[in-house]
Amino acid sequence: MSAATDSRVGTPGMPAGVDMVRAARSRVSRRHRLLVGALVVALLGVFLVRVLLGDFTVTIPDFVRILAGEQIPGATFVVMESKLPRAVLGVLVGAAFGLGGSVFQTTLRNALASPDIIGVGMGASAAAVFAIVVLGLQGVAVSGFAIAGAVAVAVLVRTLAGAAGGYRVVVVGVGASAFLVAVVQYLFTRASIYDAQAALVWLTGSLNSASWPAIARTAGCLLVLLPVVALLAGSLRLTELGDDTAAGLGSSPRRTDALLLVAVLLVSVGVAAAGPVAFAAFLAGPIARALNGGRTSLVASALVGSILVVGADHLGAYLVPDVNLPVGVVTGALGAPFLLWLVATGRTSRRSS
Amino acid sequence: MSIDPATDASTDRITDRVTGRVTGTRLATHDLSLGYDDRTVVDHVTTRVPDGAVTVVVGANACGKSTLLRGLARLLRPGTGQVLLDGKSIHGIPTKEVARTLGLLPQNPVAPKGVTVVDLVGRGRAPHQGRFQRWGAADEAAVARALEVTGTLDLADRVVDELSGGQRQRVWIAMALAQETDLLLLDEPTTYLDVAHQVEVLDLLHDLNATRGTTVVMVLHELNLAARYADHLVAMADGRIVAEGPPREVITQERVSEVFGMQCLVVEDPVSGTPLVVPIGRHHSRRPTLVANGATA
Repeated sequence: MSAATDSRVGTPGMPAGVDMVRAARSRVSRRHRLLVGALVVALLGVFLVRVLLGDFTVTIPDFVRILAGEQIPGATFVVMESKLPRAVLGVLVGAAFGLGGSVFQTTLRNALASPDIIGVGMGASAAAVFAIVVLGLQGVAVSGFAIAGAVAVAVLVRTLAGAAGGYRVVVVGVGASAFLVAVVQYLFTRASIYDAQAALVWLTGSLNSASWPAIARTAGCLLVLLPVVALLAGSLRLTELGDDTAAGLGSSPRRTDALLLVAVLLVSVGVAAAGPVAFAAFLAGPIARALNGGRTSLVASALVGSILVVGADHLGAYLVPDVNLPVGVVTGALGAPFLLWLVATGRTSRRSS
Repeated sequence: MSIDPATDASTDRITDRVTGRVTGTRLATHDLSLGYDDRTVVDHVTTRVPDGAVTVVVGANACGKSTLLRGLARLLRPGTGQVLLDGKSIHGIPTKEVARTLGLLPQNPVAPKGVTVVDLVGRGRAPHQGRFQRWGAADEAAVARALEVTGTLDLADRVVDELSGGQRQRVWIAMALAQETDLLLLDEPTTYLDVAHQVEVLDLLHDLNATRGTTVVMVLHELNLAARYADHLVAMADGRIVAEGPPREVITQERVSEVFGMQCLVVEDPVSGTPLVVPIGRHHSRRPTLVANGATA
């Protein structure tokens, strides 16, 4: 804000240049607005398919009457106690995973540095299983352990990886993840049948336990976390340029760490509600980026996450007759080939040629 | 042989090209040591960057020149001493405030995939934007000027990864220019560029210094280009400054062999009149005595 800077702002402008800059910027933001609009419509579509179709078809007029509080025998129960909560929780959890994953991938500049690959999701699972099997806890206390576990693993991985950034985080995180799988497997050998049942939910993401209280808890957490993400998200535009450039532009590393912490919390809130839905966090960001012409978009990532989780839950429920696959099995089946493709084509780290 | 930079009068002889008056210094180091882990790379350096001049730091590989530049840009915490910006310790100034005074172009910056030129250059405006004060007309004007100056206005819509190396480097410089700082630090801005593009980038920086009075500090590998474009040349070896001043005074045969461990001839650059270093290897010499006795131009 020195006098010299101000005087430069006041020099006679170059109208042609300013117009070109304005036009070029507005083309980018128009494309983004269109994409977000299209994704909202797509999410609405997937949501309605999940709620209305399936073994038990509900018409839209009936659905409106059910929402208005009318009791339609059979239909009201199925919609209000099973289909609608599943879909709503799917939207919330998917958005949390999509956002959290995208923040990680963008900040660490590596598509593989997603929380579900670097052990953050597994940290939540292991802590939850520990709480159930060893401490005999239930309910919200287990969720608290899951969140603490995710944060602990994230801090540990970040510390062990050092300042070098994305690639080391992936390597250390994959190691941490493998170790945590071993911990969980050991805990299972010690578990009673009853505890093992309860703990199993924490291993495969599933919306089976969707309930209105769980939705209220998740929505409450998101209401706190989303404004924080919005406040910090501006610094992502700088951190994705690399540490040195970002620092040169006045971005504080503390903001980056704060953003990563919020992303860990988002993912652990998702895990606490639906278990570690495999690869949901990993897939959403890159898909959203591809749709947005290669540019990062957190809003699009959240929407893609929701579409993925709700859509995969529907597929899991009806793809194989008489078998109700948990959503995590479907996303896992989708994510694994994508992971292989990323590694095979060398698109993991965002380096330009 | 080595000159104590603190008492070296040469820094004060630099006159501002724009105002014509002798200028002081806004960026300086005092007893600065920098390192990674326990390894000291920059060893108790005290120096002053002359305002309104082009300062070029040269030296052999691993002499600490890039580390010194990173230190000047507050990217490293000093082991001893400090970096002073306008007389205050740079680490005591809010990083965003520093970013409005001092711009940085790191070595080999990597653009995120899919980012367009106008978007990348626009990010240079970040230090001027507050949490509630978003993109405005002043930002648009600054970006347009930066694109204009670097000749990249017609690339505004293009995706950065798809540009040629020379174009990409000009776009990065445009980003640093959009920051509208009085000081600009660049770490080897010509790496990976062919010689034509090297000259193009250096000419651009020279113009910027000449027309806007921007203080430029850069690390360069190419000694002859450094000698041509520097007003103030800083030669480093083993983490210390062995000489600094006008290129004509700094570049001597003895000093080049001291700094680079290489025998050479120093002749006059037929184009610019600045010192031109001609390396003497073990082969190819038309006058074998040169190799045996060292240079005697």
